[in-house]
Amino acid sequence: MKETRYIFAIKEAMEEEMDRDENVFLIGEDVGLAGGSFGASKGLYEKFGPERVVDTPISELGFTSLAAGAASCGLRPIVEIMFMDFVTCAMDSIVNQIAKMRYMFGNQYTVPVVVRMPEGGGLNAGPQHSQCLEAWFAHVPGLKVVMAATPHDVKGLLKASIRDDNPVIFIENKTLHAMKGMAAEADEDVVLPLGKADVKLQGSDVTIVTASRMVHESLKAARILEQEGISAEVVDLMTIQPWDRKTVFDSVAKTHRLVVAHEAVKQFGFGAEIAAAAAEEILDELDAPVMRVGAPFAPASYSLEKYYVPSADDVVSAVKSTLERTL
Amino acid sequence: MLTGFYTMMVRIRKVEENLMEVFSRGEIPGFLHVSIGQEAAPAAVCAHLNANDCISTTHRGHGWAVAKGIEIRRAMAELFGKREGFCLGRSGSMHLADAGIGIMGANGIVGGGIPIAAGAAFAAQYKKTDHVAVATFGEGATGEGAFHEAMNFAAIRRLPMVFVCENNGWAEFSPKSVHMPVESVTSRALAYDIPAVSVSNKVVEIYEAAGEAVRRARKGKGPSLLEIRCDRWYGHYVGDAQKYRGKEKVEEAMAKDCIADFEAELIKGKVLRRKDLDRIRAEVSAEVEDAVNFARQCTYPDVSEMLEGLYV
Ligand SMILES: Cc1ncc(C[n+]2csc(CCOP(=O)(O)OP(=O)(O)O)c2C)c(N)n1
Repeated sequence: MKETRYIFAIKEAMEEEMDRDENVFLIGEDVGLAGGSFGASKGLYEKFGPERVVDTPISELGFTSLAAGAASCGLRPIVEIMFMDFVTCAMDSIVNQIAKMRYMFGNQYTVPVVVRMPEGGGLNAGPQHSQCLEAWFAHVPGLKVVMAATPHDVKGLLKASIRDDNPVIFIENKTLHAMKGMAAEADEDVVLPLGKADVKLQGSDVTIVTASRMVHESLKAARILEQEGISAEVVDLMTIQPWDRKTVFDSVAKTHRLVVAHEAVKQFGFGAEIAAAAAEEILDELDAPVMRVGAPFAPASYSLEKYYVPSADDVVSAVKSTLERTL
Repeated sequence: MLTGFYTMMVRIRKVEENLMEVFSRGEIPGFLHVSIGQEAAPAAVCAHLNANDCISTTHRGHGWAVAKGIEIRRAMAELFGKREGFCLGRSGSMHLADAGIGIMGANGIVGGGIPIAAGAAFAAQYKKTDHVAVATFGEGATGEGAFHEAMNFAAIRRLPMVFVCENNGWAEFSPKSVHMPVESVTSRALAYDIPAVSVSNKVVEIYEAAGEAVRRARKGKGPSLLEIRCDRWYGHYVGDAQKYRGKEKVEEAMAKDCIADFEAELIKGKVLRRKDLDRIRAEVSAEVEDAVNFARQCTYPDVSEMLEGLYV
């Protein structure tokens, strides 16, 4: 293990996988010569050359489907979408093509594409540069959806996503890019399993299920709650689809209270799926209604971003209200 | 008219110089993309437009909004994220809009505004008015399907619009060669049988070419494309260190100044004297500084307003 930053961990994961498998290549806007808009591929162009680190015109739909075509012919593309907001330009590719190619063609094709993109606020970049759209992808059968919260996780999960034979939507977070933390060295080759959650903090009074940046806000909330004698368990889903029911439900069986926290707009977010699944499958374990934390039902605000994006305080309030209530 | 061009170009530059300054001081949040060095195109093209004509602009769109006649005080308030801004402080630089005079919005999505301008042209045609629409965009945007789809539709339906491409040679951090196999965007127009011309970054030259395109559109003869070959003086956004570009290339770009060139012509042609230029500059500076001070004194929207206005 060594100390690194989230953004370097992404680079290391791609580099190690490109070293390991010559079919892995990176494609996207300004990923090559410029080393990526956020610097995720710095040095890869120099090391692997323009054949494997491919700069594209501004054409998300075209290069994402191009990756799908290449993947179905044996390559393993990593597509970088500069901001998650721009993936909307590639929705046909991901939703109609990539997600369906295997099933629709009678399992003849495998399409091992990873589409990486950073989501979220933090830059005051306004309505078209701050969105969290993971729930859209989790709603489409055929895709896996991964969200990483730490340098260690982003590296291990990205390596796993690249090796996975299914299409993976790999969601990073802009405010985490600069985050420092430990991550595995190349020779350790840590590959984290997709579909497996990680209990980031053990607790006994309430389960907070979360992902990405909100993991850190939830941990902060847990520290605040601890001072009031409330013990929170923080479960980092890491994979949104397929999500780890067992870890979540085992935790709720212990705490009997559930809060789901994400940065995305609360309505129809992944929190809704988890709350509904808990109601369907483990209602008898719950002592109180499930509470959700998410952004308000409005586009991200430029000048009010700090009030728009959910924070530890929102998690604390949600935990308190579930503790005050009973079923 | 020549004085008008000069004043407008200076106004655009002053607005952006002031913006760079307040942005660097942290007074305005988010991203800031300036168009310094590219003032001639908006000043020239918008001289042919009136308040009924629509334009769609880009992330680098301050100049177009100013030239189309946006009230600078309220534009500045928007950039400061204040409630008195045109978008109620919700959106800032990347979405500057004034529906009242046909500024359909800057866009955070590259290419996003091009078909929207086509939609405005469609509405003008549908309602049998003589209004026109102008889509402004960079050469990088011509990689997007949205550009090609709008061109194709506009050509088929002879929409009253002008596609205006500011070809500044860079799209973010990569040169034109990464984005297009052709030298000029005019080659792209050929495929759609849309007449196209490419002009240098000289305000009078642009004015003449734009005049022909706008007249053609107004007469119902269909769309045209106008490419302006210009230079981006600064980085992609304010704060971009431009390592990918190198000092020499930056200096080369900055040596080309559409405003200084025009000043020299005005003096040589005895249209204006040095002291007239100074007066114009001083007046415009005062106007822009007043707008900055106005914006500073405006108020931020309240959190309680966040959910307002989402639906009619
Ligand atoms: C759909 C989409 N893809 C990518 C981006 C990121 N981006 C913003 S500006 C830009 C370059 C645009 O270049 P060009 O169209 O030439 O305009 P210029 O910046 O030179 O004015 C890119 C890639 C975006 N905003 N939207």
